[in-house]
Amino acid sequence: MWYLCVFYHRLLDYRKPEVESLADLFGAFEDKRRPGNRVLQWRLPQHHHPDSPFYFVDLPSEDVAKNVANRSILVKGIYELWGEGGSYEELEEAVKSYPDERKLPYLGSESTFKITVDSFGKVMSLLEQNERIRGLSYISFKGRVNLKNPDHNFWLMETDDIATNNGLPPVAQRRIFFGREVGGADRKLLPTYQLKSRNYLGPTAMDAEMAFLMANQAQAAPGKLVYDPFVGTGSILVSAAHFGAMTMGADIDIRVVRDGRGPDRNVWSNFKQYGLPMPIALLRADNNLPPWRPGLKEVFDAIICDPPYGVRAGGRKSGGRKLLKGVIGPYTVPDDKRADHIPSTAPYSLAECVHDLLDLAARMLVIGGRLVFFYPVSREEDSCEDHFPEHPCFELVATSEQILSSRYSRVLLTMVKTSSYTEELALAAWMKHLEFKANHSKWLEEGKNLHSSVFSPAETEQRIKAQI
Amino acid sequence: MLSSNIKGVTNGFPLKIQVEKVVEKQVEINHDFLRNIFPKIDWKAFSDASRIMGYDEMPEEPPEPSVLESNVEFLGKFHHALLELHLEEGALLCPETGRKFPVNKGIPNMLLLEDEV
Repeated sequence: MWYLCVFYHRLLDYRKPEVESLADLFGAFEDKRRPGNRVLQWRLPQHHHPDSPFYFVDLPSEDVAKNVANRSILVKGIYELWGEGGSYEELEEAVKSYPDERKLPYLGSESTFKITVDSFGKVMSLLEQNERIRGLSYISFKGRVNLKNPDHNFWLMETDDIATNNGLPPVAQRRIFFGREVGGADRKLLPTYQLKSRNYLGPTAMDAEMAFLMANQAQAAPGKLVYDPFVGTGSILVSAAHFGAMTMGADIDIRVVRDGRGPDRNVWSNFKQYGLPMPIALLRADNNLPPWRPGLKEVFDAIICDPPYGVRAGGRKSGGRKLLKGVIGPYTVPDDKRADHIPSTAPYSLAECVHDLLDLAARMLVIGGRLVFFYPVSREEDSCEDHFPEHPCFELVATSEQILSSRYSRVLLTMVKTSSYTEELALAAWMKHLEFKANHSKWLEEGKNLHSSVFSPAETEQRIKAQI
Repeated sequence: MLSSNIKGVTNGFPLKIQVEKVVEKQVEINHDFLRNIFPKIDWKAFSDASRIMGYDEMPEEPPEPSVLESNVEFLGKFHHALLELHLEEGALLCPETGRKFPVNKGIPNMLLLEDEV
């Protein structure tokens, strides 16, 4: 059945994937089709631009629509459309011809209701709003009005063809919608979890809105176990825990994961702050040399992370750069210093980091489990890197770009594990690991260096200076 | 779940637990989670570990999965051993080399030293 979906006008690339991931979670695709085919049908309203916050979407039931809308972050509301038109006369005709059996159950005298008038792109005075509501007198509302907590919430939405639209995309001609609200995002969620009131923060803590979007892409839910191999301050796990999942995290930096900034300002206290269940375990471990027992596999339902790709935080792996370069041989730390020794670490290139992450996910995710992570993309024209990492165990189901600067964006990738991790794959991964180790310098110095492509002076500036 | 990954070690699991301080935490029980994780656990290592931590209620032999469904009391004990017992201070020892991976403030430090990579 077709519903009207109205989005918050932000993070445009993230809107439909979020709805599709949640629709999948709430059972919209019972026919067990392949993960890449679990997409919904979308239609733009007449005269609307593809960036519009308004879309019609086909969902199997009101239950699914309600669950999706209530859990989402970017859906302002999903509505059962009673009518639409280019004028109020057209709207009236449409609403009158909408079947009674769909309308009457919500107009009864025992229920309470409210009508909200929303004008997108312009401000409507209270007087004008009330006028519009009175214009709906052809609908026989029998219930009592309750503005605070009504049983049913009806919305009258106007989208107009005016020049300045408050940042919204232009509408070619006026379009008016009237519908019954089925569900919508919880507006208290982000203010509750906003980072500025978070107990323990670090420079790379994921902002609450994005952390929830990631948790929705990963389909975090009660009974599931979610892992973050770059846990840092736990910002991503917090959102997964909010949706009921059990969580686990690891980080190579022991100060971040064990110590934090004190006994009441660490990863554990972030969970305590919101009354969420603690992670089942936090580890200090190196993703490049993970400490899993042999034979351990298919344990996590989702892996969600923001790998350190060298722009805001450089990744590290075990080994020590001089050691890996062969400048010095493996040295032994004297016995009396071993306990508190912090092993030297070496820079961890993006290529190797992603290789290790995909290998970890391929092994440790259950079939059907999701890997959700950010991947950096350079926006320069001469960039030849426009395909995303691939792995035989995974199917890529969503890519959502967030532009961060004129030079680079990050893309949130969602991959679903569709086939088992085999002996051959394990061996191939190990060979690749050894290859990275042998060519350590090559990857770091010759390989594409994201940090410099973001922070070095623009090429054009240099050319101009040369000409002067 | 963890094992010793020192270069050259072939038999790094299970890590022996050296207990210095065990902390019991209250965790809300979640049946779905317990049912999901049960088949993924190496039962012997798990029951041995819980015994070393001072809790004797886990049987040596893994129970039938149906026991989890029917026996609420057992589920509670399983929950307690799995999620509520925390090794706050101590170490995990590599069974082959004896190398200690310290556990401080509940967090095991699995990072290898330079000569173990």
